Amino acid sequence: MNELLEFLSNNLELIYILIFAIFIGVELIKNVPSVLHTPLMSGANALSGVVIVGAILVMLEAKTTLALTLGFIAVVLGIINVVGGFAVTDRMLQMFKKKK
Amino acid sequence: MSITLSIIYLIATVTFVIGLKLLGHPETAKKGNLISASGMILAIIGTLFLHGFEDVPTINYILIAIALLVGTILGWIIAMKVAMTKMPELVSLFNGFGGGSALLIGLIEFSNNVGAESTEKASSAIASTILSAIVIGSITFTGSLVAWAKLNGSMKDVRLPKYNLINNILFLALVAFSAYIVVLNTDSLLLIYVLLIASLIYGYLFVAPIGGADMPVVISLLNSLTGIAAAITGVLYGNMVMIVGGILVGSAGLILTFVMCNAMNRSLTNVIFGAFGGGSDVAAASGGKVGGTIKKTTASDSAVMMNYANKVVIVPGYGLAVAQAQHVIHELEEILTKKGVDVSYAIHPVAGRMPGHMNVLLAESNVDYGKLIEMDDINPQFSNTDVVLVVGANDVVNPAAHNDPSSPIYGMPILDVENAKHIIVNKRSMNAGYAGIENELFYNQKTSMLFGDAKEALTKLVAELKNM
Repeated sequence: MNELLEFLSNNLELIYILIFAIFIGVELIKNVPSVLHTPLMSGANALSGVVIVGAILVMLEAKTTLALTLGFIAVVLGIINVVGGFAVTDRMLQMFKKKK
Repeated sequence: MSITLSIIYLIATVTFVIGLKLLGHPETAKKGNLISASGMILAIIGTLFLHGFEDVPTINYILIAIALLVGTILGWIIAMKVAMTKMPELVSLFNGFGGGSALLIGLIEFSNNVGAESTEKASSAIASTILSAIVIGSITFTGSLVAWAKLNGSMKDVRLPKYNLINNILFLALVAFSAYIVVLNTDSLLLIYVLLIASLIYGYLFVAPIGGADMPVVISLLNSLTGIAAAITGVLYGNMVMIVGGILVGSAGLILTFVMCNAMNRSLTNVIFGAFGGGSDVAAASGGKVGGTIKKTTASDSAVMMNYANKVVIVPGYGLAVAQAQHVIHELEEILTKKGVDVSYAIHPVAGRMPGHMNVLLAESNVDYGKLIEMDDINPQFSNTDVVLVVGANDVVNPAAHNDPSSPIYGMPILDVENAKHIIVNKRSMNAGYAGIENELFYNQKTSMLFGDAKEALTKLVAELKNM
């Protein structure tokens, strides 16, 4: 219990950020028309590829062959998520252009 | 971490928020996506050059460069090649990759911080962070792959006896086991591998029983989980862009999940534990009540009917996309418009395989955005519509949603096509729809059935109209 309280007080700023980020996410998405759900899901999916930053950090610090190998796969998977996600969202949205 | 990198992360985080905001409006969505993407590129490049670690071996840089290059090329090719009908499964596949990345990071960091290679004992806070990354990453990884396999048809629903009970017990066991590892403060890699494998299995079992029609909801939920996994790994590094970006995706994905459930009038628990869309008892229960005679029609009769109509509404469903008939339907719409018929498309919120999927498919074949009318706006118009043409749609026009309390789709908002003067339904056969439910609309007095492949039938229809 003490450890938990200590953790909370040490990371109070983080908890503030967490709560605000949750509310921002909800507010941003709440009123989106259903027309955009598919591109939105795809775009959000690309954003979750931000895990790539962690994968790069892991690779930079990697000392063993195992860590290098796993890190390599993590970077490849992460960047596919990012590049593929943004590219495919863009392709989808390309089609929403208003035509006259 | 250098102050420059912190500022870069701050900028990237702001681009994510702005990007998501702009993604919410059709006019700004494209710009929003590009803004988020540039923020992501900035964060990646910043991390590469300003990370502040000392003595990073050159080989690590080379390997990172190769990995980035390989992944970028692969991701780009997949994204450019994929057909728009395959969109839901692609999102799921990419999402699985993100989860896989998070789980690998968790594994490596366990060895670094908790395992035998670490110099000091990690705090239980760090240990639980790492374990959560492994567990959530694994669940999204296998879960997304199962969703992907189901959507592309290479996997059927798998339901073990008492699967809900088994899944819930396994989930509790996962939590308990993770807690045990943290309390034990062990450096045993063996236990971690057991946890890893159990989580991977849970991800499989979690998605395996859920019917294909509910996959979009599941994908959205898994997408949200990947975001949470990214945020958790971010906590490990105190990395703000990962934390805020991940949580944004987490909460946005969760809200989107609920919005989708609402569109189908289902609760999330019903989707996950209900195992809807395959129960033979369900089909039998409502199947008995439907009956009567169906009326067949031909392309030329349908063409005449539409030619002399004032107002025609087209209801496209996934069957249209499967038959690759989006272009033909646009041609049909153009011909009718030229003949002075008022043509519009009625888009059910869950038409296609994912909300908004149908809009993308029709937009791809150059259908005017303004002609796509959402359900709430088109429903009052059906009473003064002369002809409704239903192509490859079934459950979204099933009146059982209004009249049959025993039907599994009872209460789902539908397109009220039965209010129109005539209804033409194009279907391959009399088989029940994706949800496996009989449709009494087909037996309605006003309904004529135009059997055949959507593309062939519509092509004939267009040819007939051209001759008039």
